[in-house]
Amino acid sequence: MNNNIGSIPLRYRVTIDRDQCMECERCIENCSYGVFRRDGDRILINSRKCTACHRCLAYCPRDAISLEEYPCDYRNHPVWTRQTREAIYNQARTGKIILAGMGSVANLPVIFDHLMLDASQVTTPPTDPLREPVELRTYLGKKPSKLELRRNADGDVELATPLAPNLMLETPIMLGHMSYGAISLNAQISMARAAKETGTYMGTGEGGLHAGLYPYQDRMIVQVASGRFGVNIDYLERGAAIEIKLGQGAKPGIGGHLTGEKVSKDVSRTRMIPEGSDAISPAPHHDIYSTEDLSQLVRSIKEATEWKKPVFAKIAAVNNTAENVAAVARASVDAVVIDGFRGGTGAAPKVFRDHVGIPLEVAVASADRELSRQGLRNEVSLIACGSIRESADVVKAIALGADAVYIGTAALVAMGCRVCGNCYQGLCPWGIATQRPDLVQRLDPDVASKQVANLIQAWTMEITELMGAAGINSIESLRGNRDRLRGYMLDENLLSVLDVKSVGA
Amino acid sequence: MCGIFGVMDKRRQMMDGSGIRQALSMMNERGSGEGAGYAAYGIYPEYQDCYALHVFFDNACDGKAVVDAMLEEWGTIEHDEVIPTYDQPNLRATCTTPWRYFFVPDPSLAPGSASPERDVITSLVMRINANVDGAQVVSSGKNVGVFKASGWPEDVANFYRIEDYEGYLWLAHNQYTTSNPGRWEKPDPFNLHDWSVVENGKITSYGTNRRYIESFGYTCSLETDSELITYVIDLLVRQHGLDIDLAIRALSPPFWEDIDLMPEAEADLNRALRLAYGSATMNGPYTVLAANPDMMVGFTDRGKLRPMVVGECGDRLYVASEEAAIRAMEPGVESITMPAAGEPVIGRVAP
Repeated sequence: MNNNIGSIPLRYRVTIDRDQCMECERCIENCSYGVFRRDGDRILINSRKCTACHRCLAYCPRDAISLEEYPCDYRNHPVWTRQTREAIYNQARTGKIILAGMGSVANLPVIFDHLMLDASQVTTPPTDPLREPVELRTYLGKKPSKLELRRNADGDVELATPLAPNLMLETPIMLGHMSYGAISLNAQISMARAAKETGTYMGTGEGGLHAGLYPYQDRMIVQVASGRFGVNIDYLERGAAIEIKLGQGAKPGIGGHLTGEKVSKDVSRTRMIPEGSDAISPAPHHDIYSTEDLSQLVRSIKEATEWKKPVFAKIAAVNNTAENVAAVARASVDAVVIDGFRGGTGAAPKVFRDHVGIPLEVAVASADRELSRQGLRNEVSLIACGSIRESADVVKAIALGADAVYIGTAALVAMGCRVCGNCYQGLCPWGIATQRPDLVQRLDPDVASKQVANLIQAWTMEITELMGAAGINSIESLRGNRDRLRGYMLDENLLSVLDVKSVGA
Repeated sequence: MCGIFGVMDKRRQMMDGSGIRQALSMMNERGSGEGAGYAAYGIYPEYQDCYALHVFFDNACDGKAVVDAMLEEWGTIEHDEVIPTYDQPNLRATCTTPWRYFFVPDPSLAPGSASPERDVITSLVMRINANVDGAQVVSSGKNVGVFKASGWPEDVANFYRIEDYEGYLWLAHNQYTTSNPGRWEKPDPFNLHDWSVVENGKITSYGTNRRYIESFGYTCSLETDSELITYVIDLLVRQHGLDIDLAIRALSPPFWEDIDLMPEAEADLNRALRLAYGSATMNGPYTVLAANPDMMVGFTDRGKLRPMVVGECGDRLYVASEEAAIRAMEPGVESITMPAAGEPVIGRVAP
């Protein structure tokens, strides 16, 4: 041993109820982390390798496996928590930045949970979505702030100038950008089919567009990130829209990181990078050092695609989000994506994931307010993402000013992900965040696409019901409608930033 | 639930207020006796080139000096006087003093505007209503006035002796009060220069609409639907140049499934209206009656959750919550129709 720290107490302890176990070895087969092995007539357990991915529990036919988190206590201390101490042991041993997967684990209040929704009672009747139309159709892109009209020969009024291209969504829920490389092709195909089935769109992430997704390309938003992986004219032309990634909520201010373990032959071809190499995209785009550079890039992309596709820009939620959004709105961009600090990731430095950025709720509210104040609200659509967990979050995000949302982690969970947070290892036993062929084939796109589509449909129905209860029959009347929210146990400053009244007010 | 009533004479023949009073009180079932109001066009022919500002003062001492000073700064007061009133024991009493100014705004204060006088009036009204304690401008158009108070329609009419006024277009409102019963400025009609609005409804999109309209410099200080609707109509028609039928379509648009079935050019226009004016679209139950010196329009929410009845008789067009109200004023009404949800009624006065 080359340090004197010794082993850190187990994070998880896996046990097998030997009376129940029939030694079928499904746990051994399923665990890609190597927790289980057979030694003679016994199945042995190495709990230290466990990530709590639950694959063994899910596939044990006898429910014989149990899992316990933190089976061994430290001396309790409010400042020197287990996590603090273990991070220090880790860094003392390695001298490195700690990488982590999935979204922030910082134990901070979730503002969404402190926002209550409204319903109609006497002064207005609720709308019954089973019997009356409730419209969720959403257009993303530039909207005219006033119309230029003319009269034709018959005296009818017609539109004098055509509208800028918009994406038409049947529900305000889109599937967020998770690259091929970070996740498997089967996972991407499953989501692409779900997007097609539910009338929405999905993001490619920064990993290029694999040929397997070409059949769904009219439902894909292709991403251009700072590494420019997989970007060429063919890629841009295939997408329904193009998204420039300027920042990510899980790691504002730094670029992406795909570990070399996940850069398989196919990933390498799609990304146009060498096999097995770490794909590290730079923190800034090296052709964007100012907003006017962004504007040039946006116009170059539009010129290349003949001004037929909306161009989005994604930024992380940070202190001056409102100013950033206003800058982007002036750069010919059609929609701004705001990624909150709880947003997910395949791999991010833990210190960024847990400490940098601001909550999505605040960022969306202040961006919407600033755009309205500057008369720019119709210039761009606002897309909220970063920890949208349920339909109520979608409704609240829209009431705070968003036009639509992206979901990422929720879609992965719909495919089986247990949020174990070890995506960067490339060993995802669910076949989602891995490129190992034997693991990838565990995810059947026929099944997984149905699950993702089910989730979107279920949320869509819930949103329809919530809107109906609030007496609102089209989603544009919910957008930015702070009147239909009330803050519960939020402080006065936060309420004023959100522009939401307190419960009872 | 409220009762609304409007009548317009296409040839600008005058009607005194007695018939309107009668029609409105026919709908007392729909009110709560805590608010009613009348708006009449054509009542001040002797000052027809001045903007008639009806102002409620909590008492004439406080706010009036401030308002006088502001008006002098922004234009010329041709004449001002207390609005004659006649005590009614059943009115919910406040110390409100209704006053009227006949005012000519200085157009040079809104340089570059296509309608400088109305711009001056608009910002003046916004400033007084938002910032001057104890003063509230309740109407501000040429040759038009709003008369309202807290009480049953008959008492409010008697308080102002509404039968002494003669107009060619009237709107009236019998309010079912749910908040601030003591405030006289709360009941409809709401007026801003040309436009007056009465509403039976409660819009569920208020927060969205308010944010939208305030981004254009309007200030919703009264926080009633009719205030907001007036501003939105003023924005769409005067500032954005939409014809009234298109403005109404922006506020109460067809469903997407219907737009999808329209011929291409029509579908494009309707889609563009919804995209451009999604934040102005009103949701929830409402029937709105709006008027300016040249027209009276009525429209409902696209589910028609509130009633709207239209009557015609000779040169007169009636729109009301109930047929009984129309018949109270015009027993011999020739036609009664009930327009479909979202289908507007537009009556134009002969030039």
